[in-house]
Amino acid sequence: MAQITLDKLAHSYLENPKTDNDFALKEIDYVWDDGGAYALLGPSGCGKTTLLNIISGLLVPSKGKVLFDDRDVTTFQPEQRNIAQVFQFPVIYDTMTVRQNLEFPLKNRHVPKHEIAKRVDEMIEVLDLSEKANLKARGLTADEKQKISLGRGLVRYDVNAILFDEPLTVIDPHMKWQLRTKLKELHRQFNHTMIYVTHDQTEAMTFADKVVVMYEGEVVQIGTPEELFDEPKHTFVGYFIGSPGMNILPVNVVGNQAKIGSHSVDLKGSYPDLTGKIELGIRPEFMSFNETGVGIPVQITGVDDIGRFKIVHANIDNIEVNVVLNEGESIPSDPKVTLQTSRTNIYQNDHLVRPLVNERGT
Amino acid sequence: MEKTYNNKAWLLVIPVFILVALSAIIPIMTVVNYSVQDTFGGNKFFWVGTEWFTDVLRSERFHNALGRNLLFSFIILCIEIPLGIWIALSMPKKGIWVPVCLIMMALPLLIPWNVVGTIWQIFGRGDIGLLGHTMSLLGIDYNYTNNIFDAWLTIIIMDVWHWTSLVVLLCYAGLVSIPEAYYQAARIDGASKWSVFRFIQLPKMRGVLIIAFLLRFMDSFMIYTEPFVLTGGGPGNSTTFLSIDLVKQAIGQFDLGPAAAMSLIYQLIVLLICYIFFTVMSHVGSDKPLEEKAE
Repeated sequence: MAQITLDKLAHSYLENPKTDNDFALKEIDYVWDDGGAYALLGPSGCGKTTLLNIISGLLVPSKGKVLFDDRDVTTFQPEQRNIAQVFQFPVIYDTMTVRQNLEFPLKNRHVPKHEIAKRVDEMIEVLDLSEKANLKARGLTADEKQKISLGRGLVRYDVNAILFDEPLTVIDPHMKWQLRTKLKELHRQFNHTMIYVTHDQTEAMTFADKVVVMYEGEVVQIGTPEELFDEPKHTFVGYFIGSPGMNILPVNVVGNQAKIGSHSVDLKGSYPDLTGKIELGIRPEFMSFNETGVGIPVQITGVDDIGRFKIVHANIDNIEVNVVLNEGESIPSDPKVTLQTSRTNIYQNDHLVRPLVNERGT
Repeated sequence: MEKTYNNKAWLLVIPVFILVALSAIIPIMTVVNYSVQDTFGGNKFFWVGTEWFTDVLRSERFHNALGRNLLFSFIILCIEIPLGIWIALSMPKKGIWVPVCLIMMALPLLIPWNVVGTIWQIFGRGDIGLLGHTMSLLGIDYNYTNNIFDAWLTIIIMDVWHWTSLVVLLCYAGLVSIPEAYYQAARIDGASKWSVFRFIQLPKMRGVLIIAFLLRFMDSFMIYTEPFVLTGGGPGNSTTFLSIDLVKQAIGQFDLGPAAAMSLIYQLIVLLICYIFFTVMSHVGSDKPLEEKAE
């Protein structure tokens, strides 16, 4: 096990990258703690798999270094790095039995025979595959095959880290939940460093202690699930995380007031003079309809009933916003919305700006 | 629910029946017809029963030709299958060399059989052939028209030259269909090159290899044109394969009865061997547990 350091890492698939846009992965500096459970979250094509393959050694980065503890492993082959990786689609050795599949990585590393038998037995037990241990792997279902792929990584419990590349894509929804629970369990048991790539926020939030959000080759925020929800550092994070995502409204900020069109709202603090694209971010959960007639007038365009709550789609001066309406609340005939002041965030050119002084003590 | 039966549906199948009848059933039945009759000319036939079949099955000439066929197919399968796999493995998987390699590989397949025979016939001649002349310059006594070994060697090399490409192309198709993740997983698992071949590439090529094997067996077992052009079945009868012998009997000697019986037996042998191959090969590695050798 090891702490993994990414030192000024960047990667381009082009031979002579010139502009920033040529990089599939823009410069990143980060230390992954030993024994942590991380999720790499982002839409398809944002560079998460690239980053994962650099850590596992399938790709050599164009810039920067990868360190395991203090050792520079940037140019090491995957087999030298002692890393396990589970891929999106189950990779099994068709002609081998389930047991032989699990023995394979250990045999290749010349682990003593009795040790192999012990570990493999244990892993078959953990994965609930005892009944199928001596069957050919090719006849199994997709999720059993994926369990074997997982098992081949986990059976090597001296690995530096286990990397998962959207491992639950092919799994049925009910099995997804089970396998994820299993993974968490294994994480607690063996305390491996685990890095989990996904584009599914629920998966990321439930699996990881820390979530790394990526967007267009850039790491936009690293934080706990709560931090990502409360204070997204980038409008993309606000929009991508949460269901529905954060409302982003173009505003003018003057001091502790923001002007949305002709309406002004209070902010949680005073801001310096901002230039560029200024936006206000507010989660639909923190907007509400007001009975007393104060607030910003909106036009309702639709309502989605999700069961426990309703999502109201509305327009403020032709800008679309979503408002979450809890059970029992109703939409007034002359709808006006108010924003929870402490939950407002201001973004300058998509990046979060903090208020100068926190005047209200929130 | 009650199913409706409508016998008019059979009308839709009639065109297929007619086509199959014209292309397969009627020609085969004429052969069957000849195989149980004899004639003394004048278009008068009389019934002889299974006499021709017993004759053919007992004839030494048939046994020898069959033996030659089996030996020939065995040798070329032993060479072409491993060689084809090896070439396919060494071919590039992407880049501008892929089409170049594929076209180079496909070229021999595009040459008509009798042209292949002619090419090698001239190529091997001692007086004007590049191969034959070079061999005699080097002091090697090479003559495919007199020497049995040389004749066989030339036919085998000719067939390998002509048909290995087919195995290569089939294997290559199998190889490129393997997802990159398999190779990546193997690297992570620390697999050796041999293990990658043994546990990923070979199993994934299984399907195409069965096809390659069957095609090469059938073609080589029915080989006619190339040895006919190259050696004409000689020296002596040493390269007279079943097909050459069959043509000699049917057209050369006009023994329609024995020739018909022989072609039916010939066909049954091909069918039988293909069936056995297919059954055995599609079971290899699929059901029975594998005896694993430690690496």
